Amino acid sequence: MKKLMNIKPSKALAIFLSILPFVLIFFVYWGASSERLAENPNDKLLPSFEQIYKAIDRLALTENKRTGEYLFWQDTSASLYRISVGISLSAVTGLTIGLLTGLIPLARSGLSPLITFISLVPPMAILPILFISFGLGELAKIMLIFIGTAPVMIRDMQSRVLQLPAEQLIKAQTLGASSWLVAIRVVLPQILPRLLASMRLSLGAAWLFLIAAEAIAAQEGLGYRIFLVRRYLSMDVIFPYVIWITLLAFLMDYLLRKTSERAFPWYHSIESGK
Amino acid sequence: MSFISINNVWKSYGDNQVLERLNLNVEQGEFVSMVGASGCGKSTFLNLLLGREQVSKGSISLDGELLKSEPDAERGIVFQKYSVFPHLTALQNVMIADEFSQAKLVGWTFGRRKKAIKQKALEFIEAVGLTPAINQYPHQLSGGMQQRLAIAQALMKSPKVLLLDEPFGALDPGIRSDMHTLIRDIWQKNKLTIFMVTHDIKEGFELGSRLWVFDKLRDDPHAPQAYGAQVTFDIPLRSHAQKQQAQQLIKQVGTQSS
Ligand SMILES: Nc1ncnc2c1ncn2[C@@H]1O[C@H](COP(=O)(O)OP(=O)(O)OP(=O)(O)O)[C@@H](O)[C@H]1O
Ligand SMILES: [Mg+2]
Repeated sequence: MKKLMNIKPSKALAIFLSILPFVLIFFVYWGASSERLAENPNDKLLPSFEQIYKAIDRLALTENKRTGEYLFWQDTSASLYRISVGISLSAVTGLTIGLLTGLIPLARSGLSPLITFISLVPPMAILPILFISFGLGELAKIMLIFIGTAPVMIRDMQSRVLQLPAEQLIKAQTLGASSWLVAIRVVLPQILPRLLASMRLSLGAAWLFLIAAEAIAAQEGLGYRIFLVRRYLSMDVIFPYVIWITLLAFLMDYLLRKTSERAFPWYHSIESGK
Repeated sequence: MSFISINNVWKSYGDNQVLERLNLNVEQGEFVSMVGASGCGKSTFLNLLLGREQVSKGSISLDGELLKSEPDAERGIVFQKYSVFPHLTALQNVMIADEFSQAKLVGWTFGRRKKAIKQKALEFIEAVGLTPAINQYPHQLSGGMQQRLAIAQALMKSPKVLLLDEPFGALDPGIRSDMHTLIRDIWQKNKLTIFMVTHDIKEGFELGSRLWVFDKLRDDPHAPQAYGAQVTFDIPLRSHAQKQQAQQLIKQVGTQSS
Protein backbone atom coordinates (compact mmCIF):
# COMPACT_ATOMS: atom_id res chain seq x y z
CA MET A 1 0.00 0.00 0.00
CA LYS A 2 1.39 3.37 -1.03
CA LYS A 3 1.63 6.29 1.34
CA LEU A 4 -1.50 8.44 1.24
CA MET A 5 0.40 11.44 -0.09
CA ASN A 6 1.53 9.45 -3.12
CA ILE A 7 -1.86 8.14 -4.20
CA LYS A 8 -3.08 10.09 -7.21
CA PRO A 9 -6.71 9.72 -8.34
CA SER A 10 -7.43 8.57 -11.90
CA LYS A 11 -9.11 11.12 -14.18
CA ALA A 12 -12.58 9.64 -13.72
CA LEU A 13 -12.18 9.43 -9.96
CA ALA A 14 -10.91 13.01 -9.84
CA ILE A 15 -14.02 14.25 -11.66
CA PHE A 16 -16.29 12.16 -9.45
CA LEU A 17 -14.61 13.49 -6.29
CA SER A 18 -14.89 17.07 -7.44
CA ILE A 19 -18.62 16.77 -8.16
CA LEU A 20 -19.41 14.81 -5.02
CA PRO A 21 -19.50 17.72 -2.52
CA PHE A 22 -21.89 19.67 -4.74
CA VAL A 23 -24.26 16.72 -5.00
CA LEU A 24 -24.08 16.18 -1.24
CA ILE A 25 -24.92 19.81 -0.52
CA PHE A 26 -27.81 19.59 -2.96
CA PHE A 27 -29.34 16.62 -1.17
CA VAL A 28 -28.72 17.96 2.30
CA TYR A 29 -30.44 21.17 1.32
CA TRP A 30 -33.31 19.29 -0.27
CA GLY A 31 -33.85 17.18 2.80
CA ALA A 32 -33.67 20.10 5.23
CA SER A 33 -35.92 22.25 3.08
CA SER A 34 -38.69 19.64 2.68
CA GLU A 35 -38.56 18.88 6.38
CA ARG A 36 -39.07 22.52 7.35
CA LEU A 37 -41.77 23.07 4.74
CA ALA A 38 -43.65 19.97 5.93
CA GLU A 39 -43.75 21.47 9.41
CA ASN A 40 -44.67 24.97 8.27
CA PRO A 41 -45.64 25.55 4.62
CA ASN A 42 -45.02 29.29 5.03
CA ASP A 43 -41.44 28.89 6.13
CA LYS A 44 -39.15 31.26 4.20
CA LEU A 45 -35.72 30.25 5.36
CA LEU A 46 -35.13 27.24 3.08
CA PRO A 47 -37.41 27.58 0.04
CA SER A 48 -38.08 24.49 -2.07
CA PHE A 49 -36.56 24.14 -5.52
CA GLU A 50 -40.00 24.77 -6.96
CA GLN A 51 -40.29 28.07 -5.12
CA ILE A 52 -36.82 29.06 -6.27
CA TYR A 53 -37.69 28.18 -9.84
CA LYS A 54 -40.83 30.32 -9.62
CA ALA A 55 -38.78 33.26 -8.38
CA ILE A 56 -36.32 32.85 -11.23
CA ASP A 57 -39.18 32.60 -13.68
CA ARG A 58 -40.76 35.74 -12.27
CA LEU A 59 -37.56 37.82 -12.36
CA ALA A 60 -35.66 36.48 -15.34
CA LEU A 61 -38.11 34.93 -17.76
CA THR A 62 -41.22 37.13 -17.63
CA GLU A 63 -41.19 40.77 -18.55
CA ASN A 64 -42.28 43.40 -16.10
CA LYS A 65 -45.79 44.45 -17.14
CA ARG A 66 -45.22 48.09 -16.35
CA THR A 67 -41.79 48.66 -17.91
CA GLY A 68 -41.55 45.74 -20.34
CA GLU A 69 -38.15 44.83 -18.92
CA TYR A 70 -36.71 41.75 -17.27
CA LEU A 71 -35.58 42.66 -13.74
CA PHE A 72 -32.92 39.98 -13.49
CA TRP A 73 -31.18 40.91 -16.73
CA GLN A 74 -31.47 44.58 -15.95
CA ASP A 75 -29.73 43.96 -12.61
CA THR A 76 -27.10 41.83 -14.29
CA SER A 77 -26.23 44.34 -16.98
CA ALA A 78 -26.12 47.24 -14.51
CA SER A 79 -23.75 45.36 -12.22
CA LEU A 80 -21.58 44.03 -15.03
CA TYR A 81 -21.26 47.51 -16.49
CA ARG A 82 -20.12 48.96 -13.17
CA ILE A 83 -17.65 46.25 -12.34
CA SER A 84 -16.10 46.05 -15.80
CA VAL A 85 -15.68 49.81 -16.15
CA GLY A 86 -14.29 50.00 -12.62
CA ILE A 87 -11.81 47.20 -13.00
CA SER A 88 -10.73 48.31 -16.49
CA LEU A 89 -10.02 51.80 -15.20
CA SER A 90 -7.97 50.27 -12.41
CA ALA A 91 -6.08 48.10 -14.85
CA VAL A 92 -5.19 50.97 -17.18
CA THR A 93 -4.13 53.14 -14.26
CA GLY A 94 -2.21 50.33 -12.60
CA LEU A 95 -0.37 49.59 -15.81
CA THR A 96 0.65 53.14 -16.69
CA ILE A 97 1.52 54.38 -13.22
CA GLY A 98 3.09 51.08 -12.17
CA LEU A 99 5.25 51.03 -15.28
CA LEU A 100 6.24 54.64 -14.77
CA THR A 101 7.18 54.28 -11.11
CA GLY A 102 8.81 50.91 -11.68
CA LEU A 103 11.06 52.04 -14.49
CA ILE A 104 11.75 55.70 -13.73
CA PRO A 105 13.44 56.33 -10.35
CA LEU A 106 12.39 60.00 -10.39
CA ALA A 107 8.72 59.02 -10.72
CA ARG A 108 9.15 56.39 -8.04
CA SER A 109 10.56 58.89 -5.55
CA GLY A 110 7.75 61.30 -6.31
CA LEU A 111 4.78 58.95 -6.32
CA SER A 112 5.58 55.83 -4.30
CA PRO A 113 4.93 57.22 -0.81
CA LEU A 114 1.65 58.77 -1.98
CA ILE A 115 0.49 55.51 -3.56
CA THR A 116 1.38 53.55 -0.43
CA PHE A 117 -0.55 56.06 1.64
CA ILE A 118 -3.64 55.95 -0.59
CA SER A 119 -3.61 52.16 -0.68
CA LEU A 120 -3.89 52.12 3.11
CA VAL A 121 -7.06 54.23 3.18
CA PRO A 122 -9.98 51.84 3.77
CA PRO A 123 -12.19 52.38 0.69
CA MET A 124 -15.43 51.72 2.55
CA ALA A 125 -14.60 54.53 4.96
CA ILE A 126 -14.56 57.05 2.15
CA LEU A 127 -17.72 55.76 0.50
CA PRO A 128 -19.76 58.62 2.03
CA ILE A 129 -17.27 61.08 0.53
CA LEU A 130 -17.74 59.44 -2.86
CA PHE A 131 -21.53 59.65 -2.58
CA ILE A 132 -21.29 63.28 -1.54
CA SER A 133 -18.89 64.30 -4.26
CA PHE A 134 -20.04 62.10 -7.16
CA GLY A 135 -23.74 61.84 -6.35
CA LEU A 136 -25.72 58.64 -6.08
CA GLY A 137 -25.33 57.72 -9.76
CA GLU A 138 -23.03 55.34 -11.55
CA LEU A 139 -19.87 57.38 -11.02
CA ALA A 140 -19.72 56.93 -7.24
CA LYS A 141 -20.01 53.14 -7.53
CA ILE A 142 -17.38 52.94 -10.25
CA MET A 143 -15.11 55.20 -8.22
CA LEU A 144 -15.46 52.95 -5.20
CA ILE A 145 -14.37 49.92 -7.23
CA PHE A 146 -11.57 51.98 -8.76
CA ILE A 147 -10.27 53.31 -5.45
CA GLY A 148 -10.57 49.90 -3.87
CA THR A 149 -8.56 48.07 -6.54
CA ALA A 150 -6.29 50.57 -8.33
CA PRO A 151 -3.65 51.18 -5.61
CA VAL A 152 -3.06 47.45 -5.20
CA MET A 153 -2.67 47.05 -8.94
CA ILE A 154 -0.31 50.00 -9.20
CA ARG A 155 1.88 48.54 -6.47
CA ASP A 156 1.73 45.10 -8.00
CA MET A 157 2.73 46.40 -11.43
CA GLN A 158 5.53 48.48 -9.95
CA SER A 159 6.98 45.51 -8.11
CA ARG A 160 6.70 43.38 -11.25
CA VAL A 161 8.73 45.94 -13.18
CA LEU A 162 11.31 46.06 -10.41
CA GLN A 163 11.56 42.27 -10.50
CA LEU A 164 12.67 42.22 -14.13
CA PRO A 165 16.36 41.27 -14.23
CA ALA A 166 18.52 44.41 -14.44
CA GLU A 167 20.50 42.57 -17.13
CA GLN A 168 17.56 42.84 -19.52
CA LEU A 169 17.19 46.59 -19.12
CA ILE A 170 20.93 47.07 -19.56
CA LYS A 171 21.00 44.79 -22.57
CA ALA A 172 18.25 46.86 -24.20
CA GLN A 173 20.26 50.02 -23.63
CA THR A 174 23.34 48.48 -25.22
CA LEU A 175 21.15 47.76 -28.24
CA GLY A 176 20.42 51.47 -28.47
CA ALA A 177 17.03 51.73 -26.75
CA SER A 178 15.81 54.94 -25.11
CA SER A 179 13.81 54.90 -21.85
CA TRP A 180 10.61 55.08 -23.91
CA LEU A 181 11.57 52.12 -26.10
CA VAL A 182 12.61 50.08 -23.07
CA ALA A 183 9.20 50.86 -21.58
CA ILE A 184 7.09 49.86 -24.58
CA ARG A 185 9.12 47.01 -26.03
CA VAL A 186 10.83 45.38 -23.08
CA VAL A 187 8.82 46.18 -19.96
CA LEU A 188 5.23 46.56 -21.19
CA PRO A 189 4.90 43.20 -22.96
CA GLN A 190 6.40 41.44 -19.98
CA ILE A 191 4.05 42.94 -17.41
CA LEU A 192 0.86 42.64 -19.49
CA PRO A 193 0.31 38.98 -18.54
CA ARG A 194 0.96 39.94 -14.94
CA LEU A 195 -1.64 42.70 -15.24
CA LEU A 196 -4.22 40.11 -16.25
CA ALA A 197 -3.21 37.98 -13.26
CA SER A 198 -3.51 41.02 -11.04
CA MET A 199 -6.98 41.77 -12.43
CA ARG A 200 -8.06 38.21 -11.64
CA LEU A 201 -6.93 38.63 -8.05
CA SER A 202 -8.67 42.00 -7.76
CA LEU A 203 -12.01 40.68 -8.97
CA GLY A 204 -12.97 39.46 -5.50
CA ALA A 205 -12.42 42.90 -4.00
CA ALA A 206 -14.20 44.53 -6.94
CA TRP A 207 -17.35 42.46 -6.36
CA LEU A 208 -17.22 43.27 -2.67
CA PHE A 209 -17.12 46.99 -3.32
CA LEU A 210 -19.76 46.77 -6.03
CA ILE A 211 -22.27 44.97 -3.86
CA ALA A 212 -21.58 47.26 -0.92
CA ALA A 213 -22.16 50.36 -3.03
CA GLU A 214 -25.31 48.92 -4.60
CA ALA A 215 -26.66 47.89 -1.21
CA ILE A 216 -26.39 51.46 0.04
CA ALA A 217 -27.64 53.49 -2.89
CA ALA A 218 -28.92 52.20 -6.23
CA GLN A 219 -32.04 51.65 -8.28
CA GLU A 220 -30.92 48.42 -9.87
CA GLY A 221 -28.11 45.91 -9.71
CA LEU A 222 -27.53 42.44 -8.34
CA GLY A 223 -26.39 43.70 -4.94
CA TYR A 224 -29.27 46.15 -4.78
CA ARG A 225 -31.82 43.40 -5.44
CA ILE A 226 -30.44 41.10 -2.78
CA PHE A 227 -30.56 43.79 -0.14
CA LEU A 228 -34.00 44.93 -1.27
CA VAL A 229 -35.67 41.54 -0.99
CA ARG A 230 -33.96 40.86 2.32
CA ARG A 231 -36.78 42.86 3.92
CA TYR A 232 -39.28 40.23 2.81
CA LEU A 233 -36.97 37.34 3.75
CA SER A 234 -37.10 36.29 0.08
CA MET A 235 -34.53 33.53 0.22
CA ASP A 236 -36.02 32.20 -3.01
CA VAL A 237 -34.58 35.28 -4.77
CA ILE A 238 -31.41 35.69 -2.75
CA PHE A 239 -30.16 32.13 -3.36
CA PRO A 240 -30.26 32.22 -7.16
CA TYR A 241 -28.80 35.73 -7.18
CA VAL A 242 -25.86 34.66 -5.04
CA ILE A 243 -25.23 31.63 -7.22
CA TRP A 244 -25.49 33.82 -10.32
CA ILE A 245 -22.97 36.33 -8.94
CA THR A 246 -20.62 33.47 -8.15
CA LEU A 247 -21.01 32.14 -11.67
CA LEU A 248 -20.35 35.54 -13.17
CA ALA A 249 -17.24 35.95 -11.04
CA PHE A 250 -16.05 32.54 -12.13
CA LEU A 251 -16.72 33.35 -15.77
CA MET A 252 -14.81 36.62 -15.65
CA ASP A 253 -11.87 34.89 -14.02
CA TYR A 254 -11.98 32.16 -16.64
CA LEU A 255 -12.09 34.65 -19.52
CA LEU A 256 -9.13 36.60 -18.16
CA ARG A 257 -7.14 33.41 -17.76
CA LYS A 258 -7.94 32.18 -21.27
CA THR A 259 -7.13 35.59 -22.76
CA SER A 260 -3.78 35.54 -21.03
CA GLU A 261 -2.98 32.03 -22.23
CA ARG A 262 -3.92 32.92 -25.78
CA ALA A 263 -2.06 36.22 -25.91
CA PHE A 264 1.06 35.34 -23.91
CA PRO A 265 1.95 31.69 -24.54
CA TRP A 266 5.62 32.31 -23.66
CA TYR A 267 4.62 33.55 -20.20
CA HIS A 268 2.50 30.54 -19.37
CA SER A 269 5.01 27.99 -20.51
CA ILE A 270 7.71 29.67 -18.40
CA GLU A 271 5.37 29.77 -15.40
CA SER A 272 4.31 26.15 -15.74
CA GLY A 273 7.95 25.10 -16.09
CA LYS A 274 8.84 26.68 -12.75
CA MET B 1 46.61 57.58 -27.45
CA SER B 2 45.29 54.08 -26.95
CA PHE B 3 41.82 52.94 -27.97
CA ILE B 4 40.85 52.38 -24.36
CA SER B 5 42.90 53.92 -21.62
CA ILE B 6 42.29 53.36 -17.97
CA ASN B 7 43.97 56.01 -15.84
CA ASN B 8 44.47 55.37 -12.15
CA VAL B 9 40.98 53.93 -11.66
CA TRP B 10 39.71 53.18 -8.15
CA LYS B 11 36.33 51.74 -7.33
CA SER B 12 34.73 51.27 -3.93
CA TYR B 13 31.28 50.47 -2.61
CA GLY B 14 31.06 52.28 0.71
CA ASP B 15 33.91 50.93 2.84
CA ASN B 16 34.52 48.09 0.46
CA GLN B 17 37.51 48.97 -1.73
CA VAL B 18 37.03 46.70 -4.74
CA LEU B 19 39.54 47.91 -7.33
CA GLU B 20 42.53 50.19 -6.99
CA ARG B 21 45.27 51.83 -9.05
CA LEU B 22 44.31 50.39 -12.39
CA ASN B 23 46.50 51.78 -15.16
CA LEU B 24 45.94 49.92 -18.39
CA ASN B 25 45.86 50.57 -22.10
CA VAL B 26 44.08 48.44 -24.66
CA GLU B 27 44.36 48.74 -28.43
CA GLN B 28 41.57 48.20 -30.90
CA GLY B 29 41.17 44.53 -31.82
CA GLU B 30 42.61 43.09 -28.63
CA PHE B 31 40.92 40.20 -26.85
CA VAL B 32 41.46 40.58 -23.12
CA SER B 33 40.72 37.56 -20.95
CA MET B 34 40.28 38.32 -17.26
CA VAL B 35 40.67 35.84 -14.44
CA GLY B 36 40.79 36.16 -10.68
CA ALA B 37 39.30 34.88 -7.44
CA SER B 38 35.56 35.09 -6.94
CA GLY B 39 34.51 38.47 -5.57
CA CYS B 40 37.73 40.25 -6.55
CA GLY B 41 35.96 42.72 -8.83
CA LYS B 42 35.98 41.37 -12.38
CA SER B 43 32.30 42.01 -12.95
CA THR B 44 32.69 45.39 -11.32
CA PHE B 45 35.40 46.22 -13.84
CA LEU B 46 33.12 45.23 -16.73
CA ASN B 47 30.35 47.34 -15.22
CA LEU B 48 32.70 50.31 -15.23
CA LEU B 49 33.48 49.77 -18.91
CA LEU B 50 29.77 49.35 -19.59
CA GLY B 51 28.83 52.58 -17.85
CA ARG B 52 26.52 50.77 -15.44
CA GLU B 53 28.81 51.76 -12.54
CA GLN B 54 30.91 54.90 -12.18
CA VAL B 55 34.56 55.06 -11.15
CA SER B 56 35.26 56.40 -7.65
CA LYS B 57 38.58 57.92 -8.73
CA GLY B 58 40.44 58.18 -12.02
CA SER B 59 39.04 58.02 -15.54
CA ILE B 60 38.42 55.69 -18.46
CA SER B 61 38.45 56.92 -22.03
CA LEU B 62 37.25 55.19 -25.16
CA ASP B 63 38.52 56.33 -28.56
CA GLY B 64 39.97 59.51 -27.08
CA GLU B 65 36.77 60.54 -25.31
CA LEU B 66 35.70 60.09 -21.72
CA LEU B 67 33.51 57.01 -21.38
CA LYS B 68 29.77 57.73 -21.39
CA SER B 69 28.29 57.22 -17.94
CA GLU B 70 25.38 55.04 -19.04
CA PRO B 71 25.09 51.94 -21.22
CA ASP B 72 24.72 52.65 -24.94
CA ALA B 73 25.14 51.00 -28.33
CA GLU B 74 28.93 51.53 -28.38
CA ARG B 75 29.45 48.73 -25.91
CA GLY B 76 27.71 45.39 -26.32
CA ILE B 77 27.36 42.89 -23.51
CA VAL B 78 26.62 39.21 -23.00
CA PHE B 79 25.86 38.27 -19.40
CA GLN B 80 26.04 34.80 -17.93
CA LYS B 81 22.22 34.69 -18.06
CA TYR B 82 19.13 36.89 -18.57
CA SER B 83 20.71 38.33 -21.69
CA VAL B 84 17.81 37.72 -24.07
CA PHE B 85 14.20 38.86 -23.91
CA PRO B 86 11.88 36.04 -22.83
CA HIS B 87 8.81 37.50 -24.57
CA LEU B 88 10.36 37.58 -28.05
CA THR B 89 11.21 34.75 -30.43
CA ALA B 90 14.84 34.24 -31.43
CA LEU B 91 14.34 36.23 -34.63
CA GLN B 92 12.51 39.06 -32.85
CA ASN B 93 15.24 39.11 -30.21
CA VAL B 94 17.81 39.92 -32.87
CA MET B 95 15.60 42.21 -34.95
CA ILE B 96 14.73 44.37 -31.96
CA ALA B 97 18.28 45.73 -31.99
CA ASP B 98 17.71 47.57 -35.26
CA GLU B 99 14.09 48.35 -34.58
CA PHE B 100 15.25 50.35 -31.58
CA SER B 101 17.32 52.62 -33.81
CA GLN B 102 14.99 52.76 -36.82
CA ALA B 103 11.65 53.21 -35.07
CA LYS B 104 12.47 55.53 -32.22
CA LEU B 105 8.83 56.40 -31.58
CA VAL B 106 6.74 53.28 -32.10
CA GLY B 107 9.44 50.67 -31.55
CA TRP B 108 8.16 48.45 -34.37
CA THR B 109 9.00 48.52 -38.07
CA PHE B 110 6.78 47.52 -40.98
CA GLY B 111 6.94 46.73 -44.65
CA ARG B 112 10.17 47.10 -46.56
CA ARG B 113 12.15 48.40 -43.59
CA LYS B 114 11.12 45.42 -41.52
CA LYS B 115 12.14 43.11 -44.34
CA ALA B 116 15.61 44.66 -44.52
CA ILE B 117 16.09 44.29 -40.77
CA LYS B 118 14.87 40.71 -40.91
CA GLN B 119 17.39 39.97 -43.66
CA LYS B 120 20.23 41.36 -41.60
CA ALA B 121 19.06 39.56 -38.47
CA LEU B 122 18.88 36.25 -40.33
CA GLU B 123 22.50 36.67 -41.41
CA PHE B 124 23.67 37.08 -37.82
CA ILE B 125 21.49 34.21 -36.68
CA GLU B 126 23.03 32.09 -39.40
CA ALA B 127 26.50 33.11 -38.24
CA VAL B 128 25.81 31.74 -34.76
CA GLY B 129 24.10 28.64 -36.17
CA LEU B 130 20.58 29.26 -34.89
CA THR B 131 18.72 29.28 -38.20
CA PRO B 132 16.55 26.24 -37.34
CA ALA B 133 15.34 27.91 -34.14
CA ILE B 134 14.33 31.37 -35.35
CA ASN B 135 10.72 31.03 -34.28
CA GLN B 136 11.36 29.63 -30.85
CA TYR B 137 11.16 31.50 -27.57
CA PRO B 138 14.25 31.61 -25.32
CA HIS B 139 12.81 29.19 -22.78
CA GLN B 140 12.58 26.63 -25.57
CA LEU B 141 16.30 27.01 -26.32
CA SER B 142 19.16 25.32 -24.49
CA GLY B 143 21.63 27.38 -22.45
CA GLY B 144 24.20 27.35 -25.23
CA MET B 145 21.66 28.40 -27.83
CA GLN B 146 20.52 31.27 -25.61
CA GLN B 147 24.11 32.50 -25.30
CA ARG B 148 24.59 32.29 -29.06
CA LEU B 149 21.40 34.26 -29.48
CA ALA B 150 22.69 36.89 -27.07
CA ILE B 151 25.89 37.16 -29.10
CA ALA B 152 23.97 37.56 -32.38
CA GLN B 153 21.88 40.25 -30.70
CA ALA B 154 24.94 42.16 -29.51
CA LEU B 155 26.62 41.94 -32.93
CA MET B 156 23.66 43.62 -34.70
CA LYS B 157 24.83 47.00 -33.41
CA SER B 158 28.46 46.43 -34.47
CA PRO B 159 29.66 47.66 -31.07
CA LYS B 160 33.19 49.00 -30.72
CA VAL B 161 33.65 46.94 -27.60
CA LEU B 162 32.11 43.61 -26.65
CA LEU B 163 31.96 42.71 -22.97
CA LEU B 164 31.46 39.09 -21.95
CA ASP B 165 30.86 38.18 -18.29
CA GLU B 166 31.40 34.44 -17.93
CA PRO B 167 29.40 33.91 -21.10
CA PHE B 168 30.04 30.17 -21.21
CA GLY B 169 30.11 29.50 -17.47
CA ALA B 170 26.90 27.48 -17.52
CA LEU B 171 27.73 25.37 -20.56
CA ASP B 172 29.12 21.85 -20.73
CA PRO B 173 32.64 21.31 -22.17
CA GLY B 174 31.57 20.11 -25.63
CA ILE B 175 29.37 23.10 -26.33
CA ARG B 176 32.00 25.35 -24.79
CA SER B 177 34.58 24.45 -27.41
CA ASP B 178 32.01 25.09 -30.19
CA MET B 179 31.38 28.48 -28.65
CA HIS B 180 35.11 29.18 -28.54
CA THR B 181 35.40 28.60 -32.27
CA LEU B 182 32.38 30.82 -32.83
CA ILE B 183 33.61 33.71 -30.72
CA ARG B 184 37.12 33.56 -32.19
CA ASP B 185 35.70 33.72 -35.72
CA ILE B 186 33.46 36.63 -34.83
CA TRP B 187 36.31 38.45 -33.13
CA GLN B 188 38.61 38.14 -36.14
CA LYS B 189 35.97 38.92 -38.77
CA ASN B 190 34.56 42.00 -37.06
CA LYS B 191 37.84 43.38 -35.65
CA LEU B 192 36.12 43.62 -32.28
CA THR B 193 37.74 44.61 -29.03
CA ILE B 194 36.63 42.03 -26.50
CA PHE B 195 36.83 41.85 -22.72
CA MET B 196 35.93 38.45 -21.34
CA VAL B 197 35.69 37.39 -17.70
CA THR B 198 36.19 33.69 -17.16
CA HIS B 199 36.75 31.27 -14.31
CA ASP B 200 38.44 28.83 -16.62
CA ILE B 201 42.06 29.89 -16.98
CA LYS B 202 42.52 27.50 -19.92
CA GLU B 203 39.68 29.24 -21.73
CA GLY B 204 41.38 32.54 -21.00
CA PHE B 205 44.63 31.36 -22.55
CA GLU B 206 42.98 29.80 -25.54
CA LEU B 207 40.88 32.76 -26.60
CA GLY B 208 42.68 35.85 -25.40
CA SER B 209 45.34 37.91 -27.10
CA ARG B 210 46.14 39.11 -23.63
CA LEU B 211 45.39 37.80 -20.14
CA TRP B 212 44.83 39.86 -17.02
CA VAL B 213 44.99 38.35 -13.55
CA PHE B 214 43.11 40.31 -10.89
CA ASP B 215 44.45 39.97 -7.36
CA LYS B 216 45.09 41.95 -4.21
CA LEU B 217 48.72 43.04 -3.84
CA ARG B 218 48.09 44.44 -0.41
CA ASP B 219 45.97 42.52 2.03
CA ASP B 220 45.18 43.17 5.68
CA PRO B 221 43.70 40.01 7.21
CA HIS B 222 41.97 42.10 9.88
CA ALA B 223 40.32 44.39 7.33
CA PRO B 224 39.77 42.40 4.13
CA GLN B 225 37.82 45.26 2.58
CA ALA B 226 40.46 47.92 3.08
CA TYR B 227 42.44 47.24 -0.10
CA GLY B 228 41.28 46.61 -3.64
CA ALA B 229 42.39 44.25 -6.36
CA GLN B 230 44.76 45.24 -9.15
CA VAL B 231 45.84 43.61 -12.37
CA THR B 232 48.85 41.71 -11.03
CA PHE B 233 49.76 39.93 -14.25
CA ASP B 234 49.34 41.31 -17.77
CA ILE B 235 50.42 38.49 -20.07
CA PRO B 236 50.62 38.97 -23.85
CA LEU B 237 49.34 35.98 -25.83
CA ARG B 238 49.48 37.25 -29.39
CA SER B 239 51.81 34.63 -30.79
CA HIS B 240 51.87 30.90 -30.28
CA ALA B 241 55.29 31.15 -28.62
CA GLN B 242 53.96 33.64 -26.10
CA LYS B 243 51.06 31.37 -25.28
CA GLN B 244 53.35 28.43 -24.64
CA GLN B 245 55.68 30.54 -22.56
CA ALA B 246 52.80 31.75 -20.46
CA GLN B 247 51.43 28.28 -19.97
CA GLN B 248 54.85 27.14 -18.85
CA LEU B 249 54.97 29.98 -16.37
CA ILE B 250 51.57 29.08 -14.94
CA LYS B 251 52.65 25.47 -14.52
CA GLN B 252 55.76 26.56 -12.61
CA VAL B 253 53.79 28.85 -10.33
CA GLY B 254 51.29 26.04 -9.79
CA THR B 255 53.93 23.51 -8.76
CA GLN B 256 55.68 25.99 -6.49
CA SER B 257 52.60 27.00 -4.59
CA SER B 258 51.25 23.47 -4.12
N1 LIG C 1 26.21 46.98 -6.59
C1 LIG C 1 27.07 46.67 -5.59
N2 LIG C 1 26.93 47.24 -4.38
C2 LIG C 1 27.78 46.94 -3.37
N3 LIG C 1 28.81 46.09 -3.47
C3 LIG C 1 29.01 45.49 -4.64
C4 LIG C 1 28.14 45.73 -5.77
N4 LIG C 1 28.57 44.99 -6.81
C5 LIG C 1 29.63 44.30 -6.36
N5 LIG C 1 29.90 44.60 -5.08
C6 LIG C 1 31.02 44.06 -4.28
O1 LIG C 1 32.19 44.18 -5.05
C7 LIG C 1 33.01 43.05 -4.88
C8 LIG C 1 33.39 42.48 -6.22
O2 LIG C 1 32.24 41.96 -6.85
P1 LIG C 1 32.27 41.43 -8.34
O3 LIG C 1 30.88 40.99 -8.67
O4 LIG C 1 32.88 42.44 -9.22
O5 LIG C 1 33.22 40.16 -8.23
P2 LIG C 1 33.66 39.14 -9.37
O6 LIG C 1 35.13 39.22 -9.46
O7 LIG C 1 32.87 39.37 -10.59
O8 LIG C 1 33.25 37.77 -8.71
P3 LIG C 1 32.69 36.45 -9.40
O9 LIG C 1 33.87 35.79 -10.02
O10 LIG C 1 32.14 35.65 -8.27
O11 LIG C 1 31.66 36.85 -10.40
C9 LIG C 1 32.28 42.10 -3.98
O12 LIG C 1 32.81 42.22 -2.67
C10 LIG C 1 30.86 42.58 -4.00
O13 LIG C 1 30.26 42.37 -2.77
MG1 LIG D 1 31.28 38.29 -11.65
